[in-house]
Amino acid sequence: MKTLLIGEYREGKLLESTYELPGFAEKLGAETAMLLVGDESQLPVCNGTLYLADAATCGEYNPDLHKKLILETVQKENPDYIVFLHSSYGWDLAPRIAASLKIAQISEVIGIQDDGSFEVGACNGKMRRNVKPAAGRAVITIQAGAFTAAEPGGTPTVLKVTAESGGALEFIGYEPAEKKEIDLAKAEVIVSAGRGVGKKDNIPVIAALAKALGGELGASRPVVDAEWIAHDHQVGTTGQTVSPKLYVACGISGAIQHLAGMKKSDFIIAINKDKDAPIGEIADVLVVADVMQFVPALTAKIAK
Amino acid sequence: MKLLVCIKQVPDLESRFKPDAAGVWYNETDLAFRMNEYDEYAVEQAVQLREKLGEGTELTVISIGPDRVVETIKKALAMGCDNAAHIQDPAASGKDPWQIASIIAAYSKDKGFEIIFTGMQSQDRGSAQVGVTIAEQLGFACTTTIVGFDYDNGAITAKRELEGGIKGVVKLKIPALVTCQLGLNTPRYPTLPNIMKAKRKEIVVIPVADILREEALAATVSFHPPAKKGGGIVLEGDVADLVEKVIAILKDKTAVLR
Repeated sequence: MKTLLIGEYREGKLLESTYELPGFAEKLGAETAMLLVGDESQLPVCNGTLYLADAATCGEYNPDLHKKLILETVQKENPDYIVFLHSSYGWDLAPRIAASLKIAQISEVIGIQDDGSFEVGACNGKMRRNVKPAAGRAVITIQAGAFTAAEPGGTPTVLKVTAESGGALEFIGYEPAEKKEIDLAKAEVIVSAGRGVGKKDNIPVIAALAKALGGELGASRPVVDAEWIAHDHQVGTTGQTVSPKLYVACGISGAIQHLAGMKKSDFIIAINKDKDAPIGEIADVLVVADVMQFVPALTAKIAK
Repeated sequence: MKLLVCIKQVPDLESRFKPDAAGVWYNETDLAFRMNEYDEYAVEQAVQLREKLGEGTELTVISIGPDRVVETIKKALAMGCDNAAHIQDPAASGKDPWQIASIIAAYSKDKGFEIIFTGMQSQDRGSAQVGVTIAEQLGFACTTTIVGFDYDNGAITAKRELEGGIKGVVKLKIPALVTCQLGLNTPRYPTLPNIMKAKRKEIVVIPVADILREEALAATVSFHPPAKKGGGIVLEGDVADLVEKVIAILKDKTAVLR
């Protein structure tokens, strides 16, 4: 069995998450070749064949061109699985490859099953599906953090590749993340509000608990999108990644993107009225209660 | 100019899910259905563009599914879409993303759409494949997970949301398809007059058998709850008791309370 792994560079840097791809291949027991559109001075530390295109000429985001590079490499390597990370790069490119080859894509894989199927999440992380490609070959995107990264080691055999640009899409440039007024990464205690707090007027109740515990206020994405709390408080894939000593999740169901940003916290307390909320999977303590009843009572007790 | 927005009806994600009899999808009993959240942003962006372009612009909304999806189509019409296509398919949940994309591409082929909007993924399936696959099948330019959109003079300028809050700005020539991320805009609530007006808008019904020519490329073999990892404590009961227990845990397991 053979996999073609498609790693990622962002603003000239090889993304650490690229090492999760060989981690997945190892679990599958498959041989690997890798394709990167990146920079020769920033090669991954690994063995095996590495097809390398230069990001300076090919662009870091140029889906038509990257598609061409991948399809040409697929011709040479004839892999069983073409594997991406389920990221803004991977979920954008993977369906283009699957459609070009007319093979199945299985998105955001979290596990490998004995029957040849792959486990993926469903219903916002509440349920799971096992999915099997009809033909043997498939394009796969793996969930960030689901597979242990391979230990860096070795030297790749680099084969340089390139393709002509073209297509109707032009990459203009990156825009930096908004300046943060608070650095959640340094906080020892974070108390976060999720959609379960009900309304914007309830946010001070969560902020009061954060204050009583000497911590910072965090937020899940829906709360930020609804403008209840500013974006610099957002915890998760598109916000900040945190690992405080104590993380209290108030009314947060636990979407994968949120969990990815806080699951390394030392101790997690979740308050949710839904006993089956996915946050319960990683919480050390799940308090099944109405946030607006429980949190003020807890804050009052701590303040005493 | 002709615009298309693709929407899916999904269950309320706060619901509890149980596998269906075949064990490959959820049992629909007791579930309340609504518009996929990502698609609300797609509809809003499409309606805003339709309003900006004004006269001579036509915005169609399409949805695939059993008859219950008409309720969600009506919401999109009340938000400002001009007309609708309902691809009638009682077994839509058994179709894979390739088939769903093929249906929409087949419908779109001779319609002359120049911009297609979709959500970046559905909340129940979460494959994030259908939008891009439609674009591939139609030969449209495509970008995904947008949080900013502007159209001017045959080109779209879109802002993609990347990891860590960084954004990527791209320009696409039409015909093009964009997949919409949460936070792109503020989806409107339909007003009562617009709900009434929507009742008179046309919904074309097309049986799926008339339009689908593709076999599935992937099959769901099982739908199940996650394996319980255990380890975590679940506390239930009276709020005052819960507070006492949590205080004790904080004192015992963390250095936060002394």
